[in-house]
Amino acid sequence: MMSQSASKGQSVRHLELGLSNEQAIEMYKTMVAARKFDERMLLLQRAGKINFHVSGIGQEVAQVAAAFALDRNQDYFLPYYRDYGFVLSVGMTLRDLLLSVFAKAEDPNSGGRQMPGHFGSKKLRIVTGSSPVTTQVPHAVGIALAAKMKQKPFVSFVTFGDGSSNQGDFHEGCNFAGVHKLPVIFMCENNQYAISVPLHKQVAGKVADRALGYGFPGYQVDGNDALEVYRIVKEARERAVAGEGPTLIEALMYRLSPHSTSDNDLAYRTKEEVDSYRAKDGIPRFKQYLIDAGIWSEELDSEMHASVRKELDEATEYGDKAPFPAPESILLHVYADDAEQGGRG
Amino acid sequence: MAAMDYIDAIRLAMKEEMERDEDVFVLGEDVGVKGGVFTTTKGLIEQFGEMRALDTPLAESAIAGVAIGAAMYGMKPIAEMQYSDFMFPATNQIISEAAKIRYRSNNDWTCPLVIRAPIGGGIFGGLYHSQCPESVFFGTPGLKIVAPYRPYDAKGLLKAAVRDPDPVIYFENKKCYKLVNGDVPETDYTVPIGKANVLREGEDITVIGYSMPLYFVEQAAEELAVEGISTHILDLRTLQPLDKNGILEAVKKTGKVLIIHEDNKTGGVGAEVSAIIAEELLYELDAPIMRLCGPDVPAMPINPPGEKFFMLNKDKVKEAMRHLAQY
Repeated sequence: MMSQSASKGQSVRHLELGLSNEQAIEMYKTMVAARKFDERMLLLQRAGKINFHVSGIGQEVAQVAAAFALDRNQDYFLPYYRDYGFVLSVGMTLRDLLLSVFAKAEDPNSGGRQMPGHFGSKKLRIVTGSSPVTTQVPHAVGIALAAKMKQKPFVSFVTFGDGSSNQGDFHEGCNFAGVHKLPVIFMCENNQYAISVPLHKQVAGKVADRALGYGFPGYQVDGNDALEVYRIVKEARERAVAGEGPTLIEALMYRLSPHSTSDNDLAYRTKEEVDSYRAKDGIPRFKQYLIDAGIWSEELDSEMHASVRKELDEATEYGDKAPFPAPESILLHVYADDAEQGGRG
Repeated sequence: MAAMDYIDAIRLAMKEEMERDEDVFVLGEDVGVKGGVFTTTKGLIEQFGEMRALDTPLAESAIAGVAIGAAMYGMKPIAEMQYSDFMFPATNQIISEAAKIRYRSNNDWTCPLVIRAPIGGGIFGGLYHSQCPESVFFGTPGLKIVAPYRPYDAKGLLKAAVRDPDPVIYFENKKCYKLVNGDVPETDYTVPIGKANVLREGEDITVIGYSMPLYFVEQAAEELAVEGISTHILDLRTLQPLDKNGILEAVKKTGKVLIIHEDNKTGGVGAEVSAIIAEELLYELDAPIMRLCGPDVPAMPINPPGEKFFMLNKDKVKEAMRHLAQY
């Protein structure tokens, strides 16, 4: 199966773009894993097993497609808090995410210190993030500055929401990167809402058009079109490593879930609106593409779903049973040398 | 050993560290071609090129945030805030990000960053070119804060800050730049962060301070010696972490303590120093803990009588010291 090439002429776009059949299938599996993870977290929260979840449902397609267009062996990643699909694509596992959700000592993101969705792993070059939004944008620019200074062929890739595109750090970071022509890709995951405030109350123009003012290209792309997102991020990466500077990508999508488990979204939007976007979900769309390309089937799909469910079950059990950090460990890692520098008070 | 102005010691420290380690670079507004508005970075662009004496857009949050990103990668940035008064747009990057990167990543990521910012008044700078913002950052775990007074410490502490694995705010006093002169070795040395320094040994009273006001304290101590009052002077040098043992030793020496700084009194560093003394040494004191600080007004005005009223000077300091000695 895996070695078969696509047979239908109209469905070989992934090959034209440089994605093998295996990679295209891997992208799809990762999208499904992210979606199933997210749905499971909502269940765990409703069941009282975890306190909080912030969802990325509806955004997985663009997240995964963008990650596959990057060099996952050397680029630096600065995801924002809905990027489960992204981090799963660059090496984080479901077990890692569950350890984070349960805030356990073994959580590679923060050792159980941070909220879920606050990713970080030096080994995977996922740069540690925080909750005040958009602070990661100047960090991505700083890492891109280091790439230029050290003449290394990597890029930094940073995501943020449409609400974040209003923060000073977005504008300051874009401007800095434009002036110094740095190898950084800015991707706005425009999911139409900043918690309850809709896009038209956040932005009077287009997010993508803001790039013009900073002297580099900005593009809108359908975030539910995996291959189009892949293409545009890949081209942005090529520009970056060629020394042509940054690119702003505005991926259009829709936040199908409430902002978080603490949010009642029907207080500010209608079920009809949500359902109309659910019909445009990019995951079934990409599945159909793979089937049309002759490299996927309903049978394989069922097997894959079963496999993801099993992995998720195991990860959930592992995360649930793993020990919490020792309480007094909260005193550690204030400074490199806690004992001398006062971290232990 | 050369006698050198405070500002030249700062410049020399940057030059030496940039020669030592090619990952060290300076970024900020006007730090390149102009060499800094105070000439602090003069000559660096000629020696190290425009990438390592990097003129940035006028945007303080980006100066800090970009430096943080570079530091997380492994560079050793020295980010210059042109005046500490203009540092507040970068406060979120400093407090929410730099200070918490090691902690929130459970020791996975680090942020070896230096932020240099000129503090202090007495230069007719008005409200927004004169402030002392130490207390805004003081008490934020994860940050180290140094504030040298002597040129020797200005060089040694900056070199230590560059080599430190954690973020360090380096508050240099702009009034000291050309006023304070002293011996500075042209050799490679560092001054340890977290250690206070005894500037003068004495028996009757202890004065604890940092940065520019120590200039007045040293002058006043000289004059009070003629009157038979012997002053022990402790330069904190590092504000965070405070040298608790150094503070307690200095207070034990005389049993009378005056704490002096230009930052306003309420919530200032002196309040914490005072609390440390009260917690540990209350019954060894022969007088109440005294403080002489800037008044609790938003910032100093530009009109000369108003600025003079705000600022400390030798006479104000001397009077407070004599008052304590006579208690």
